[in-house]
Amino acid sequence: MTTTDPVVRVRDLHKRYGSFPAFDGVSFDIHRGETFALLGPNGAGKSTTIEILEGYRNRTSGEASVLGVDPGRGGLEWKARLGIVLQSTGESGNVTVREQLTHFAGLYPHSRDVDEVIAAVGLVDKQKTLIRKLSGGQRRRVDVALGIIGRPELLFLDEPTTGFDPEARRQFWQLVEGLKQDGTTILLTTHYLDEAARLGDRAGVITGGRLIDIGGIDEIGGAESRVPIVRWRQDGVERSVRTTELGLVVARVVAEVGEPQGLEIIRPSLEDIYLQLLADHAAGEAADLMENAP
Amino acid sequence: MTVTSIPTLQAGRTVLLGLSRVRYEVKTYFRQGDSAFFSFLFPLVLLTIFSVAFSEQNLGTEDAPLSAAAFYLPGMMAAGLLLSGLQNLAIDIAAEKGDGTLKRLAGTPLPVPSYFIGKIGQVFVTGILQAAMLLVVARVAFQMELPTQPEKWAPFAWVFVLGVSTSAILGIALSGLPRSGKSATAVIIPIALVLQFISGVYLGFSQLPEWLQTVASVFPLKWMAQGMRSVFLPEDFASLEQGGTWDLAGVAIVTAIWLVVGLAVTRMTFRWIRKDS
Repeated sequence: MTTTDPVVRVRDLHKRYGSFPAFDGVSFDIHRGETFALLGPNGAGKSTTIEILEGYRNRTSGEASVLGVDPGRGGLEWKARLGIVLQSTGESGNVTVREQLTHFAGLYPHSRDVDEVIAAVGLVDKQKTLIRKLSGGQRRRVDVALGIIGRPELLFLDEPTTGFDPEARRQFWQLVEGLKQDGTTILLTTHYLDEAARLGDRAGVITGGRLIDIGGIDEIGGAESRVPIVRWRQDGVERSVRTTELGLVVARVVAEVGEPQGLEIIRPSLEDIYLQLLADHAAGEAADLMENAP
Repeated sequence: MTVTSIPTLQAGRTVLLGLSRVRYEVKTYFRQGDSAFFSFLFPLVLLTIFSVAFSEQNLGTEDAPLSAAAFYLPGMMAAGLLLSGLQNLAIDIAAEKGDGTLKRLAGTPLPVPSYFIGKIGQVFVTGILQAAMLLVVARVAFQMELPTQPEKWAPFAWVFVLGVSTSAILGIALSGLPRSGKSATAVIIPIALVLQFISGVYLGFSQLPEWLQTVASVFPLKWMAQGMRSVFLPEDFASLEQGGTWDLAGVAIVTAIWLVVGLAVTRMTFRWIRKDS
């Protein structure tokens, strides 16, 4: 494997449970040092995709390669290069934060310093507390700490910030930005689109088992969906225009009515774009259904 | 997965990590405080109850009287082996499957044998403590005469080591039986309980009907209990055994066969996680 090869390569991946398809024909690459956000509603197949790449599930057909290895056959050496933060955990937690991290650090050949990791996830004050006595958000931070303790080349983050308060989420973003600077490749799923926009370099949107769009985090959804909206009130009526010529539009409005009331320029957020993508996809599906109906 | 397939990981890592797991497992075992700790103290509690309840009775013969404590000690030793190994591990590992502990470990470079070394080591540590406490209570609280001859303690040592190993491996093998962590106690405890009743732990083995003795002889607990009786009961009691002797060769053979069976089942069935569950 050379450095230009993708860290994760997925081609035409299919997964069926019995006759029920979890997803059909998903393909994407993740390049070294990149953070790839996999977005989609609950039950869309995000976690199944991630778990196939982590080696937890078998695929029905298609190709998958993670760090140059088929994840269905990854050995211990392969696992030593991965960091995994699963979506949910419920262990009994009869060890302290420090004991758990020290133990897991011992499993990896080039682990990170335990103190640094405890500080990075903001659990210095809780390091001598039993994990079962932590709050949900604090336990989640332990999960993240366990995911990075082995200094992974590729880190899987499956909804890592669920249960975090806003401050903890900001702190987590800084942590991930640090990992990105160190060159860690990251596959992230999240329902917080601001998080995906902040951390992701590229994103894929998966729904109903299909990858409906993939691209740079500031390209996904197409240029059209990013056209800003100018909104103002005129004679008590709300008016809005979608335009790329913001200055001209505002100047014209000012020339017409003077200082406009409630003037706003809105740039669609990733969340707006994402919701529009899902809505367009659902509308397309419905149209197909109507066409094919007898 | 063989060691040769992981060249960049340090050799001997499986054993080193296994020892690190032993420390981790022992620590967490004693922090649970509830069910595991109950199975830890259970034989001691029962020995105390039986010894007090039947303290006025002679459970031997007129010529060779035997106190209740002396009568029950071998059985409680054997029960301790079964509870610390089979019952404890089968429930513990099934629970770890259910709560995601194994899933997390599956994503790390921890070799499966290291995990087993940790569990078996934990059983040895708790089993030794349990046996020591039984001996102390029998000697101090119930003034039982413990054997002084080395030729008695040698069989004790090997019956104990073989018994703990077999019981632990069978526990790992049985951990795949419960379908969820929550059902583990309900599935495993009845198995252990029935074995204890038919193997001469709670009821004197010689008082059981012949056919039930024969059934019990298929399973290892009967033989572990018999091995323990050979250590702690007077020589004359050998005549009450099924063959009229302590039959230590039988103890070794049947227990060892179950050890091999347990290893084979573990090898064939143990997985970190059920893929596609």
